[in-house]
Amino acid sequence: MNTKRTFIKSVVAAAFATLAMGSAFAADITGAGATFPFPIYAKWAEGYKAATGNGLNYQSIGSSGGIRQIKAKTVTFGATDAPLSGEDLDKEGLVQFPAIIGGTVPVVNLEGFKPGELRVTGPVLADMFLGKIANWNDPKIAALNPGKKLPDQAITVVHRADGSGTTFNFTDYLNSVSKDWADKVGKGAAVKWPASTSVGGKGNEGVAANVNRVKGAVGYVEYAYVKKNNMTFMQLQNADGKYVAPDDLTFAAAAAGADWLKVPGMGVSMVNAKGANSWPISTASFILMYKQPTDKVAAAEALKFFDWAFMNGKKMAQDLDYVALPDSLTTQIRAKVWTQIQK
Amino acid sequence: MSSQNLTQQDSSQIVSDEMIAIAKKQRVQDFFFHRVTQAFSLLVLVALMGIIISLFINAWPTFERFGFHFLWHVEWDIINEDFGAAIAIVGTVASASIALLIAVPLAFGVAVFLTETCPVWLRRPLGTAIELLAAVPSIIYGMFGLFVFAPLFADHLQVPLQNVLGGMPVVGFLFGGATNGMGILAAGIVLAFMVLPFVAAVMRDVFEITPPILRESAYGLGCTTWEVVRKVVLPYTQKGVIGGIMLGLGRALGETMAVTFVIGNANRMPTSLFSPGTSIASVLANEFGEAEALHFSTLFALGFLLFVITFVVLAMAKVMILRAEKAKGN
Repeated sequence: MNTKRTFIKSVVAAAFATLAMGSAFAADITGAGATFPFPIYAKWAEGYKAATGNGLNYQSIGSSGGIRQIKAKTVTFGATDAPLSGEDLDKEGLVQFPAIIGGTVPVVNLEGFKPGELRVTGPVLADMFLGKIANWNDPKIAALNPGKKLPDQAITVVHRADGSGTTFNFTDYLNSVSKDWADKVGKGAAVKWPASTSVGGKGNEGVAANVNRVKGAVGYVEYAYVKKNNMTFMQLQNADGKYVAPDDLTFAAAAAGADWLKVPGMGVSMVNAKGANSWPISTASFILMYKQPTDKVAAAEALKFFDWAFMNGKKMAQDLDYVALPDSLTTQIRAKVWTQIQK
Repeated sequence: MSSQNLTQQDSSQIVSDEMIAIAKKQRVQDFFFHRVTQAFSLLVLVALMGIIISLFINAWPTFERFGFHFLWHVEWDIINEDFGAAIAIVGTVASASIALLIAVPLAFGVAVFLTETCPVWLRRPLGTAIELLAAVPSIIYGMFGLFVFAPLFADHLQVPLQNVLGGMPVVGFLFGGATNGMGILAAGIVLAFMVLPFVAAVMRDVFEITPPILRESAYGLGCTTWEVVRKVVLPYTQKGVIGGIMLGLGRALGETMAVTFVIGNANRMPTSLFSPGTSIASVLANEFGEAEALHFSTLFALGFLLFVITFVVLAMAKVMILRAEKAKGN
């Protein structure tokens, strides 16, 4: 009897202790949104947990989902690839800052071409995705690749079937380099693909699988997938007229040229950025937080996490083929954005 | 005499009191048991109604904006918020129909073999294998479809089909377009693989309910196996067979992952069997993550339409199976 009572007591005590601990750890950070930065956020979270013992629960449900979740206040921060406008931010009382930089890369499956051997300009790439250039032996492509033998092969456009920040970035680029594209299609997380041969793949891996499988295919994926699958990427002509290959240096070059404070909410579009070494489809992924968070402790914890990641997460970003924000930018984020969040 | 009567009466009184107490207790138990099970089954109805209502409420902005026109409007433009369900409905119905066209004859053959001509020792293992095939997760069929089937299909089926039939009048257009292994026909064939074991299992079950006496009489009259199947088994099980096909159709209509992998996910009206297209379920699976405002409610509207289509198909199947069972009872 006595032992039984002691047992019950200890169970009750344990339950209370768990509850008390639970409230102490209520500041566990929750976030949701973009899938594009998910690998690096997960890596940072792992490192942060090891360093501080605090965890991050990030759900990669897509940029629009991230915006919905932060507006519903179910998460401490939302993450989006397509930045919100200054008006939207003010209306909701949100702040926005970039957290990581990466690149979107057009890839092909073309006989006789090794990675980086094919060169195209933005307008020609747009014409391929519009379906106006339907065969690889088109003189417009040949003119950009003198001395190369282009096969007589129909072009199959492969795009994302699911709505995606990668698609937003890519169409944002086509939109900025081709008037035709801007008139007929526009930019968005999912668009109406005009080429009559276009097929959709689910996720970056779906696009990569289809491009690698279908002869004459052209598609676009995040840089990490290009490396992982050893895909045949294109060289793109940037705003300065130079042909560049995608890598962390050309992404960083594009980021260096951006004037972050010019646009409200730092929502700078880095596509077609100036600079001789800039990769033209470099993009930042953004974080959304409330100026007056309902859970101030959790918000402070989230800021601590990003502070830690900005300082200690550069190597991890590099390992995963992302580009960490330059120090000058993170200093500005700390001073001008984070100070707006009530603690 | 009278005292004896009295004790008898007493004892019977006691027994009946006890019995009444037990009966009361049982009645209370029965009452609660009845109510609890009733509540469980009502829960299913409530969930079903809840799903329909919430689908409809979320879909309302789309129905309000496009009206019935939504059903046959051929457009899917997310940026300009102009939506129609026709492309997805055509893709769904076309791929499911192709699946049935392929799967039903095959399933019929399987069922006939299993019930009529299969050696007895092989019946059980083969039957179990078919049931196991029905339990393979659809994502597996999708992966198989994309990585194994599509490349073979492109080189060894699409190209010859196009060469032979592509130039024919009337049907030639069905085999036009790019031969990249994806599209309506590819989705239909993968779906056929998925539906086949399902339909075959139902067919085998209904063929087995044919009374042996009928079969044996027919054989006794000198009928061949085919004549027995054609003239005795099929007429007897007709409605159950149709019910099984309908269940397969229901599965094909709602299939998501396997279709998404091979249908090509293009929001355009397919112009040939090789054209990439899309189905309702794969549009939903693909686009919910980044959908906003009207796009979001349009996806709910598509979900509602799929629900209606599937509901009609399953209801028809249920009715037919009920009739078949009645016929068997008579």
